[in-house]
Amino acid sequence: MYLRVLGSVWLTAIAAAQPPAATSAGESLYLSQCSFCHGKDGEGGRGATLARPALRHAPDDAALRLVIRRGIAGTAMPGTSLGEDELEQVSNHVRSLGRRPLPPLPGDPKRGEQIYRTKGGCARCHTISGRGGSFGPDLTEVGAARSAAYLRASVVEPGADVPRGFVQIRAVTKKGDRITGARVNEDTFSVQVRDASGAVHSLWKAELSEMHAELGKSPMPPYRGVFSGSELDDLVAYLAGLRGTL
Amino acid sequence: MKSFFLALMGSFALAQMPYERLLDAAKEPGNWLTYSGNYQAHHYSPLDLINRENAGRLKVQWMYQIRGRQHFETMPLVFDGVMYITDPPSDVTALDVRTGRPLWHYRRTIPQGVPVCCGQVNRGVAALDDQIFVNTIDAHLVALDARTGRVRWDVEVADYKTGYSMTAAPLAIKGKIIVGIAGAEYGVRGFLDAYDAKTGKRAWRFWATPGPGEPGNDSWSGDSWKRGGGTTWVTGSYDPELNLLYWGTGNPAPDYDGTVRLGDNLYSDSVVAVNADTGKLQWHFQFVPHDVNDMDSNQIPVLVDAEWRGKPRKLMLFANRNAFYYVLDRTNGEFLTAKPFARQNWAKGIDPRGRPIPNPATEPNATGALVYPDDDGAANWFSPSYSKRAGLFYVNVREKGGIYFSTKTQYQPGRMYLGASKRDIPTEEPYGALRALNALTGDLAWEFRVKTPPWCGVLATAGDLVFSGTMEGDLFALDAVTGKFLWRIQTGGEIWSNPISYRSEGKQHIAVASGSSLIVFGLD
Repeated sequence: MYLRVLGSVWLTAIAAAQPPAATSAGESLYLSQCSFCHGKDGEGGRGATLARPALRHAPDDAALRLVIRRGIAGTAMPGTSLGEDELEQVSNHVRSLGRRPLPPLPGDPKRGEQIYRTKGGCARCHTISGRGGSFGPDLTEVGAARSAAYLRASVVEPGADVPRGFVQIRAVTKKGDRITGARVNEDTFSVQVRDASGAVHSLWKAELSEMHAELGKSPMPPYRGVFSGSELDDLVAYLAGLRGTL
Repeated sequence: MKSFFLALMGSFALAQMPYERLLDAAKEPGNWLTYSGNYQAHHYSPLDLINRENAGRLKVQWMYQIRGRQHFETMPLVFDGVMYITDPPSDVTALDVRTGRPLWHYRRTIPQGVPVCCGQVNRGVAALDDQIFVNTIDAHLVALDARTGRVRWDVEVADYKTGYSMTAAPLAIKGKIIVGIAGAEYGVRGFLDAYDAKTGKRAWRFWATPGPGEPGNDSWSGDSWKRGGGTTWVTGSYDPELNLLYWGTGNPAPDYDGTVRLGDNLYSDSVVAVNADTGKLQWHFQFVPHDVNDMDSNQIPVLVDAEWRGKPRKLMLFANRNAFYYVLDRTNGEFLTAKPFARQNWAKGIDPRGRPIPNPATEPNATGALVYPDDDGAANWFSPSYSKRAGLFYVNVREKGGIYFSTKTQYQPGRMYLGASKRDIPTEEPYGALRALNALTGDLAWEFRVKTPPWCGVLATAGDLVFSGTMEGDLFALDAVTGKFLWRIQTGGEIWSNPISYRSEGKQHIAVASGSSLIVFGLD
């Protein structure tokens, strides 16, 4: 039940990112040909996340059209039989997923940046453009990848959707050592955990007396009640404007 | 003396695989002659040199690395000192089984932009007489000289531009090569074909969606049968006595939008029993009538003769993608029992005739329908294993759900024809498990959990071992009776294949494709 509540928060946040505009030809093609793997809004899934300003296999529009036409060798991305016009329509739509115009937001991004650095203390754990801590996710492009509603929800209730690679592990070895930190990797027999100091612990599960993956929990403190309403608006406006270098 | 000399030197001169050898595969426990090891598709090794006492000492004997970066899903064949593997997209390599060194390659040039939903992969070859047969991603069947890899003949099975492709290993029977087809995500019309092994001439075609005037055509509204899917992309099994081929069929197309194809949509999501001489349908059993969740029944029908409620019967065991384990009578398709082996919510139950009672809440919709299992299924193409010795059926299970949103779709040749977009369930941690089921009841005997839903088959052996692998690269061995963990090795790549076993120079080996390597294990 708990999972389902969290899930619906997350879905609502994603849904809020959808523009209400009429469906374009490019969007129709995208929805029928691409969205099963890449997600309705380019959020990714079986396929890569497309809602980002720069795409690894498609540095420019010509490359993007070529990728859509030919597929990517060595991956499950197939080629297509789209015509020139259709290629352009769907590639424009894919580009738009990573360049959603910033919706008018009530806050002031300049003040938001101050809050990020001072009262929020966010830089202790988060990186922006190569600066900051490494315990939390890199936020350099977070405004392109996530809607303002999602960002607001994540600040207030960070456990609502913990990104892959940041799931918290609480482990106790048979010798009695306690290790807590982010799950760097895990397989059936072992787990690798990065603690708050940045140290990585390599653990065999057979040598643990306890291990819990704390799904739905984040080491980030919830900021509900910490910021005033206008401070939260400012911070969200700042984060929503972080769109990488493109 | 002569045989000693041959063994010492190795010998590749024979390369003869008459039908009688395939028929009597049980007489050659040291070889692996067909996709599933025998026509009954047990995917089981009668070798016991590696067993519970010594499995902990298994070591890598050799590795062979391929060039491709696609998933390496090959099921090797091994006989007469040679291992035959395929590497993606559609290449074939013959390896000296003693040393791992290549003897020949067949390299196929693939046209740009072959539409394939799920990767340009290949799962292996078939052998008959002096030829090796491979299906290609651009939907050809090619016969190669087993000694040299040179092309004997090459026939187009279907037009890849309309969305047809081939990924499965062919199945060789007497004088014929049986091949299945993929492409239901592109709205192709599924079929099963037989080709004359000597000439490449098509002997028959069984259409998996019946045409006008044929029984079952009225299970499709309008002309939706023309692009109705029902593909045959995993190698089936064969009962030589009944002369019936058993083959699983895939989802109806479009996968997630049932409104354009009202009716049961025969013979999608079914197992079909087809006369091997004529291609005529003997019987069918449909697991999921009018599927809207991509519940492809492209799993392997496992054929077993056993006592069923006091009477000896010819049975078929089928661990379906839809999360139910079925037992059928393979002479007539009679439903005997079904039991869930994984979490599912698409069916409220199975009625006494084997027909599911669907749960309408799992039909894709605008706000998202939660479905267990997701479209990758509780089981999929990867092979289960049957051990008569243990009375157990081993299957790797994927425990994962998905959320499905309906989207508009319109058929155009060579284009995706799906009708949904998918999201994973936030905060859910999917997992996998190797489950040992009582072969006759489907009751769980034991399970071994793995971190991630797997894409690796299971191999049981007469050494009372089961082997399987994980998405994180672990190959492991368990006690086949108790499920106790015995051995593992980190291979360094995702394992998307089925382990096999064979004997070479008097020693048993285990072979598996992992990452871009074919790895052979044995005892020193």
